Amino acid sequence: MDIHEYQAKELLSKFGVPIPRGGLAYSPEQATYRATEIGGHKWVVKAQIHSGARGKAGGIRVCSTDTEIERAAEDLLGKKLVTHQTGAGGKLVSRLYIEEATDIAKELYLAFVMDRGSERIVVVASAAGGMEIEEISATQPDTIIRVVVDPAVGMQAFQAREVAYGLGVDPEIINKLVPTIMGCYRAFRDLDATMVEINPLVITKDKQLVALDAKMSFDDNALFRRPHIAELRDKSQEDPRETYASDRGLAYVGLDGDIGCVVNGAGLAMATLDMIKLAGGEPANFLDIGGGASPERVAKSFKAVLKDRKVKALLLNVFAGINRCDWVAKGVVDAITELHIKMPVVVRLAGTNVEEGRRILNDSGLTVITAETLAEAAQKAVAAAKGAVH
Amino acid sequence: MAIFVNENTPVLIQGFTGRIGTFHAQEMIDYGTNVVGGVTPGKGGSTHLGRPVFNTVKGAVEETGAQASIVFVPPPFAADAIMEAADGGIKYCVCITDGIPAQDMIRVKRYMRRYKKENRMVLTGPNCAGTISPGKAMLGIMPAHIYLPGRIGIVGRSGTLGYEAASQLKALGVGVSTSVGIGGDPINGSSFRDVLEHFERDPETDAVLIIGEIGGPQEAEAGVYVRDHMKKPVVAYIAGLSAPKGRKMGHAGAIISAFGESAPEKVEILKGCGVTIAPTPSEMGATVARVLSQMKKVA
Repeated sequence: MDIHEYQAKELLSKFGVPIPRGGLAYSPEQATYRATEIGGHKWVVKAQIHSGARGKAGGIRVCSTDTEIERAAEDLLGKKLVTHQTGAGGKLVSRLYIEEATDIAKELYLAFVMDRGSERIVVVASAAGGMEIEEISATQPDTIIRVVVDPAVGMQAFQAREVAYGLGVDPEIINKLVPTIMGCYRAFRDLDATMVEINPLVITKDKQLVALDAKMSFDDNALFRRPHIAELRDKSQEDPRETYASDRGLAYVGLDGDIGCVVNGAGLAMATLDMIKLAGGEPANFLDIGGGASPERVAKSFKAVLKDRKVKALLLNVFAGINRCDWVAKGVVDAITELHIKMPVVVRLAGTNVEEGRRILNDSGLTVITAETLAEAAQKAVAAAKGAVH
Repeated sequence: MAIFVNENTPVLIQGFTGRIGTFHAQEMIDYGTNVVGGVTPGKGGSTHLGRPVFNTVKGAVEETGAQASIVFVPPPFAADAIMEAADGGIKYCVCITDGIPAQDMIRVKRYMRRYKKENRMVLTGPNCAGTISPGKAMLGIMPAHIYLPGRIGIVGRSGTLGYEAASQLKALGVGVSTSVGIGGDPINGSSFRDVLEHFERDPETDAVLIIGEIGGPQEAEAGVYVRDHMKKPVVAYIAGLSAPKGRKMGHAGAIISAFGESAPEKVEILKGCGVTIAPTPSEMGATVARVLSQMKKVA
């Protein structure tokens, strides 16, 4: 789960990470009020969306007067910002973060990630802040510092010093940088994060250290024990198709094609999408129906897939283990009848009780296109979406 | 022989008396697995499915001599159950539980390192369908009837895609020595490479099928192991050719984030290491069969 910049900053500041003064605004009036509260004579109006590269998309505006702040806020609120991370649809701006402007002397990069290779929390830092990490590792790989944290004892102060000295900052900054690094680590550990990224971590002209931007992601599997983190979810930043499905316990990822897919198991679901592509079609989604594929769950999945208006044909691929094909077939019949599905439906069943499942489909009198194998199912679905089969 | 489990391995069920544990324990017993008992804290001293229930793994191992265990404990308590197995003298543990926090798994992996390698428990999973040595024993939740006994090793992340492979092989008359699910989580007990080591040593396995997917470094690492250490032929299929970058595809682990983690990159790396690639998921069985017939010609 991702959260907004202002939320990440609020969390990190509780762990001793220095952040600029700022406040949240939902309207232009609030934005100017926040600026007055903060004081000073230069502010930054920052669009709060779940994406990086907001600056390039015009989502970050430096302002010197109330009028400028108002204008920036009016322009940004309600707008969809498109960055290279959001996809073509962009993400809706409904919150602004107003922050005091910072005089930047030097920009650093600091991140904590869950490293799959070492299976540990790893600190990644670079003196080349401001750029994205992919860019840094491509153009300045020598500047990247990596420190692996031993989970038995946690991060040690000497490791934080290693990072701090490695970044080559002035001696008076070291004493501020070490607690900041340790604070990020504790936040990562205590909140079940999967990523903490401060980019840039800034040294100001008056020798202060401050986190100018902050991103945090959290482990979905750990949200059960982090209710105050779960609360920070902002559904307006998600694909509405995905929100609908995830609220019903289905793993769904929206794609751009026209063949709606319902599959049991994440691996088989990915393989089914691959087969559709190989057969010359485009899948509309990834959907893992999960373990107990009851008739109700099948119907729910069909509903979720049909939320996408682009869908022209449906493909259900279930390899029943604990599930039973007769159960799944009953779900298909119910779903087609109850949802009045008129578009072609291709069904491939395999595994436990497959004969019984096929019999239910045949006896239903519905025009279901059946397939024996994965390849056949994909070919039939692609043909159906192109209007060749009904 | 097969790997990890056979008809003689005494098996313990952790989370024995719950709804899910009960259902699958019965399936495993019916298949012929030597289930010797189970653990449910608070229910020690009772009997369930005709087997004794214990409060602790240590107690169960002392009484029954159990060597393997399977974990059906819910996510908040699963890491604790795995560590209890490691400490209680279990040699091989399968964790079925889906949804264990990643930091809990980091702790589990670190905890297991306190034992010398020769005493260290082997863990496969979590978030997997388990392990089956067809005709001998099942430590999992798979539909057992789709596996024909034979001499092909299967190791994969996904449960249902593994079923797909096993049934394709069965349709071609090709059997399986052991099929191992390593699970879809980013941090898991055993990697592809770890399981390949066991298959390479197993006299009852002739060739291995790897079923990988997008995300993580384990498929590439397995390729290097095949190139440097394996004599047996290896076939691989990698799911997720059509997956968009940076998106989570159901499995917590299935997200592309670095080089060598997308499906085309993994395919290239494995090919370069001498692994035969099944180009599509519907050709996993046929590709294995082709490799086997080439082996016979050479012999």
